[in-house]
Amino acid sequence: MWYLCVFYHRLLDYRKPEVESLADLFGAFDKDADPQTKSLEWRLPENHHPDSPFHFVNLPSEEIAHKIANRSILVKGIYELWGEACSFEELEGAIKKYPDERKLPYLSTESTFKITVDSFGKVISSTEQKDRIGRLSNIPFKGRVNLRNPDHKFWLMETDDYGSNNGLPPVVQRRIFFGREIGAADRKLLPTYQLKSRTYLGPTAMDAEMAFLMANQAQAIPGKLVYDPFVGTGSILVAAAHFGAMTMGADIDIRVVRDGRGPDCNVWSNFKQYGLPMPISLLRADNNLPPWRPGLKEMFDAIICDPPYGVRAGGRKSGGRKLLKGVVGPYTVPDDKRTDHIPSTAPYSLAECVHDLLDLAARMLVMGGRLVYFYPVLREEETIDTDFPEHPCIKLVAKCEQILSYRYSRVLLTMVKIAPYTEDIAEAARIKHSDFRENHVKWLEDGNLRSAVFSPIDTQLNGAGDTKFSKESKPKYRGKYV
Amino acid sequence: MRLLTHNMLSSNIKGVTNGFPLRIEVEKVVEKQVDFNPNFLKNMFSKIDYKALLEASRIMGYAELPDHADPSSLESDDFLRRFHHALLQLHLEEGSLVCPETGRKFPVNKGIPNMLLHEDEV
Repeated sequence: MWYLCVFYHRLLDYRKPEVESLADLFGAFDKDADPQTKSLEWRLPENHHPDSPFHFVNLPSEEIAHKIANRSILVKGIYELWGEACSFEELEGAIKKYPDERKLPYLSTESTFKITVDSFGKVISSTEQKDRIGRLSNIPFKGRVNLRNPDHKFWLMETDDYGSNNGLPPVVQRRIFFGREIGAADRKLLPTYQLKSRTYLGPTAMDAEMAFLMANQAQAIPGKLVYDPFVGTGSILVAAAHFGAMTMGADIDIRVVRDGRGPDCNVWSNFKQYGLPMPISLLRADNNLPPWRPGLKEMFDAIICDPPYGVRAGGRKSGGRKLLKGVVGPYTVPDDKRTDHIPSTAPYSLAECVHDLLDLAARMLVMGGRLVYFYPVLREEETIDTDFPEHPCIKLVAKCEQILSYRYSRVLLTMVKIAPYTEDIAEAARIKHSDFRENHVKWLEDGNLRSAVFSPIDTQLNGAGDTKFSKESKPKYRGKYV
Repeated sequence: MRLLTHNMLSSNIKGVTNGFPLRIEVEKVVEKQVDFNPNFLKNMFSKIDYKALLEASRIMGYAELPDHADPSSLESDDFLRRFHHALLQLHLEEGSLVCPETGRKFPVNKGIPNMLLHEDEV
């Protein structure tokens, strides 16, 4: 059945993938279908731009629609549409035509209801709102009004040509929707989990809204085990734990995973703060040389992470910097110093980090398990159809861009494991691993994202005038910023 | 560190072929309550090296796990409870994990195993 799906006007690229991921989680698709074909049918209202908050989506049942909306972060509501029109006169007719057997069960005397008037791109005063509700008197509401806790919620939503459209194609004509709410996102989660009230924070702690979106892409639910190889302060795992998943995290920095900032300000306390179950495990390990026992595979249902790609925080891996550069020979730790020795680490290039991550996911995810991670992209062209990392065992199912600055954006990639990790694939990964080690310096120079993002802009251009011109020549509408 | 974690880890020092299971040296063990989730336990059972779990639980001072277990054991609630306790409720708070081949100690401090290798071990 087709439903009206209204989104918050935020993180536009993340909206549909979130709904599709949750639809998959709640059983909207055939289980054995190819993960890449598991997508929903979408439709736009007439003359609407794809960035419009109003969409129509085809879902198999009201129950699934209800579950998706209530679990989502970006869905303002999913509605059973009773009528849509360009004017109130037309709307009345449309609602009248909607079959009685669909309407009457929600209008009965023993039920309570509430009508909310909402709009996109304009403000409707309370007098106008009352007036609009008055115009719905043709609908035979028999029940009593209850504004606090109604049995049925009805919404009257409209959008109009609102002048300032921030670069969006103008709305051609007014559109009014009337429908019954099936479910709506619980945005109260966000103030509860917002970072400013989090006890233990690091410089790259994941924003709560984004962490919940990642947990939804990863389909975290009770009984699943979710792993973050770059756990830091645990901000991503907190979201997964909120949805009931068991969590596990590793980091190369022992100060973060073990010590934090004291007994009540560490990764554990971040879980305790919200009454969430503690992670199953936190450990110090290097994702470049993971300590998993031979033969261990298919442990995790999902791997979620924000890898250190060298812009805000650089990754580190085992092996001294000088050693990998070939400046000094292998350093042997004297026997009497071994216990308290602090091993030096070397920078970890983005290419190697992603290679290790995909290899980890291919091996350690269960079949159908998900890898959800951020990947940085330089914004040289308007389109982001760059070649994203590929692996024979895991297939890309969703990509969501978030523009971070004039120079670069990050893309949330969701991949699903579709094939078992074979001996041949493991061997290919081992060969690649030693290539990275032997050509450490070359890989570091190739993938230096930080300098691409922060180098002065006019090094490639002639003079300041050109720079200014090129800045202005970018289109003003930047939907992915919101 | 819970024994589930112990069961997943091995010594990955360069050249070590038999780094599992890591021998546990106990300084301090604590027990923490964890919600009982039979589905999770059944799911984990097939991935666990039972022999390593059994030995580890005994070193940690818990002798209630049976010597042998197979998938049919999962039908017994009594077994699941014991398995749950051994796998998830026993924590090694302070101690070491010792590489069975080289004797290298990986310290466990405040419940966090430190698996990072020295420069000459990678």
